[in-house]
Amino acid sequence: MAVTPPPAPPETRVNLNDPQVVAEKIKTTLPDAVESVSAQAIVVQNDKLLEVARYLHDSLGFDYLNNLTSVDWLDRFEVVYHLTAIRRGGTPLTLKVNAARDNPTVPSLVPVYRGADCQEREVYDLMGVRFTGHPNLRRILMWDGFEGYPLRKDYKEPYYEEDHKPFGTRWDQGHHVIAEDRNPWHDNVKYPGNFDALAFKPPRDEIRTIGVEQAVATKLRTDKIILNFGPQHPSTHGVLRLRATLDGETVVAVEPVLGYLHRNHEKIGERNTYLGNMPFTDRLDYFTSMANNLAYAVGVEKLMGIKPPERAEYIRVIMAELTRWLGHAVAVGFLYNELGAFYTPLIYGLEERELILDLFEAASGSRMMCNYVRFGGVARDVPAGFLDKCQYLVDERLPRKTDELESYLVKNELFLARARNVGVLPGDVAINYSAAGPVLRASGVKYDVRRAEPYSIYDRFEFEIPTGTVGDVYDRIVVRFAEMRQSLRILKQALKGIPAGEIMTGKKNYQVRVPKGEVYGRAENPKGELGFYLVSDGSPNPYRYHVRSPSFIHLGALNEMSAGYKIADLIVIQGSIDVVMGEVDR
Amino acid sequence: MAFGLGLLNGLRYTLSRVLKTYAGDFRHLGRRYDAKEFARRQSVRGDGIITVQYPEEKLAVPENFRYIPFLVYEPALDENGKPKIDPATGKQVIGIERCTACGICAKVCPPQCIWIVRATTPEGKPKPKPAEFYIDIDVCMNCGYCAEFCPFDAIKMDHDYELANYERHVSHIYDMPTLLKSTTYYAKIHPLDWEQEEAARKAKEAAKAKK
Repeated sequence: MAVTPPPAPPETRVNLNDPQVVAEKIKTTLPDAVESVSAQAIVVQNDKLLEVARYLHDSLGFDYLNNLTSVDWLDRFEVVYHLTAIRRGGTPLTLKVNAARDNPTVPSLVPVYRGADCQEREVYDLMGVRFTGHPNLRRILMWDGFEGYPLRKDYKEPYYEEDHKPFGTRWDQGHHVIAEDRNPWHDNVKYPGNFDALAFKPPRDEIRTIGVEQAVATKLRTDKIILNFGPQHPSTHGVLRLRATLDGETVVAVEPVLGYLHRNHEKIGERNTYLGNMPFTDRLDYFTSMANNLAYAVGVEKLMGIKPPERAEYIRVIMAELTRWLGHAVAVGFLYNELGAFYTPLIYGLEERELILDLFEAASGSRMMCNYVRFGGVARDVPAGFLDKCQYLVDERLPRKTDELESYLVKNELFLARARNVGVLPGDVAINYSAAGPVLRASGVKYDVRRAEPYSIYDRFEFEIPTGTVGDVYDRIVVRFAEMRQSLRILKQALKGIPAGEIMTGKKNYQVRVPKGEVYGRAENPKGELGFYLVSDGSPNPYRYHVRSPSFIHLGALNEMSAGYKIADLIVIQGSIDVVMGEVDR
Repeated sequence: MAFGLGLLNGLRYTLSRVLKTYAGDFRHLGRRYDAKEFARRQSVRGDGIITVQYPEEKLAVPENFRYIPFLVYEPALDENGKPKIDPATGKQVIGIERCTACGICAKVCPPQCIWIVRATTPEGKPKPKPAEFYIDIDVCMNCGYCAEFCPFDAIKMDHDYELANYERHVSHIYDMPTLLKSTTYYAKIHPLDWEQEEAARKAKEAAKAKK
């Protein structure tokens, strides 16, 4: 089902994303719901949150939950919501709600925004905020017997040294000590009081999902069985584990079990300095590190109020669009792996990726862990010969390869039989599940952060936002191919327009000054909207560092997409949303 | 379109790719590991097989390639202006260590894998020189910040990526003797950077001499 954006209502002349304006509107219907309002955010009464969210969703058009996270202020918890109206775009509206430090509870938004499901579970898991009314409030990243809430400010991880880097022991008298010697493993792992490893049984007997369970009409008398596959399954993209209830071969419900690659990226980020986080963002979605760098830099630069020079902006766009091309090529290749076309299509994609990675390596020094973008510019100028090579790729090779890949992959009858009308996610449901990127666009929703809230210099380039019609696996692939073409189109314009000049604003500084404040910086990554929510208290380290990762949120919609299809289709569907576990588990 | 044509087209494409991988071999019959052919295959204009037969073949790394930092020293020169070679080790004799133990690399390092002990004079005053310098290369994430922000060009990123080892507690903790490499080596792996830095250094010295 395609969602055509209805004509914009006459009120759009007032900025409807402005918290002040929205707060006034809320006050007219829910007089005592707003606690306070500032230029950045609306703080809502805890018990009125659900009503406010309903009102925003139904009456003001805020139909998309970008991001949900919380901040530990030591005396209270603050749960932060970022909402967008898909058809309006613009800077997301920030909604906040306070919760007491002991036994914090907040009403769950799952009845309004189903995309809140995984994100609320994450906040519950890592911060310990309980969401009343959430149908499946269980730990999502940590294991079930884990004690403590790792993102709270008073939590100390194993091998804890100090609150903030740089650590004092490193310089002046810094004798090397192996971390395990200083802090033997068992000394720093806490178990619940009466924990007995042998008797422990994880409380995951039944599968709970937030969507509807598909009723399967069958003449056979069948028993439902639970199939558990992953985390070491060749077709689950890394360490993803899925628990599916099956009726015969039909999927009734599926629940992703996450956290096998969890490394508490956000806690590491809060220990690090701002610049120190840049190489860590490479390790989120490790296929698209250049784009991750850009998204993080966009966030921090917004907070610092600096702009990179022209040449740096163009270099960033070139890198980000090359990344998009290779990200989609890899995504398509892996999907064919899932379909049973083992490795041949993937290798054809990887071959072109290799040439792009050569360019990245020449510019940044590393193929995958690029760490290339700096606040206010890029690390170094592109080397001699880079632009010529890039020009050849963009003008000749990549368009040819895109056509070739598309002609023999998308028109293949076996593919069509497996992909058409499989894993359908209608447009309004996709919005409700906070799907982003190609998954959202395949469902017919014309939404792209590069257009909705242009960052860097994307407002200068001509490109289209390709959309699908049905929202099935086939559409997700077709949209990816169309986006690869649009990327090449942007690249052509960028390579034509790239000026000479500086690549860095001001002097290169390893200790950047970030003023007090908070920001939600986001960018359109190949997988979807990658957002960074940063809270700065003026110190060299971020007070709160949250990553809104598209793959993680897409997995929340997996049940909706795959219930009712066959088990073999489930593999294809999870391949079509293109998850990368580095980003899911963080 | 008749059913099956898309499938046949795919098979045709795969077949043509298979044949292309042999085309290069036939064109260069008997010279398979020829450097020129190897470079052509790896370039953006290459076609056919792209696989590198590591470790027989290796891809050349670009100058910016970064892998594990090392400390730069200027070798002691003999009377001809050539670096002195220590006959016992076959290595160049250390003249000046560039590192001043300012600690910027240790502070900027995101995973905090650099440990520096500052040298002191016998009276206990700090000297601008490291007494010890450790890098735990199991912790190092090869981000290159230390080299990027070192104000003395004393720490640089290496190109040697073959570090596999049987144990990690001793051989993967690099100390001063392992880390120190001469400017000759640096000039070899980073020719353009070396040229720029030397030009900047000479300009600075000339400006100083003018005053």
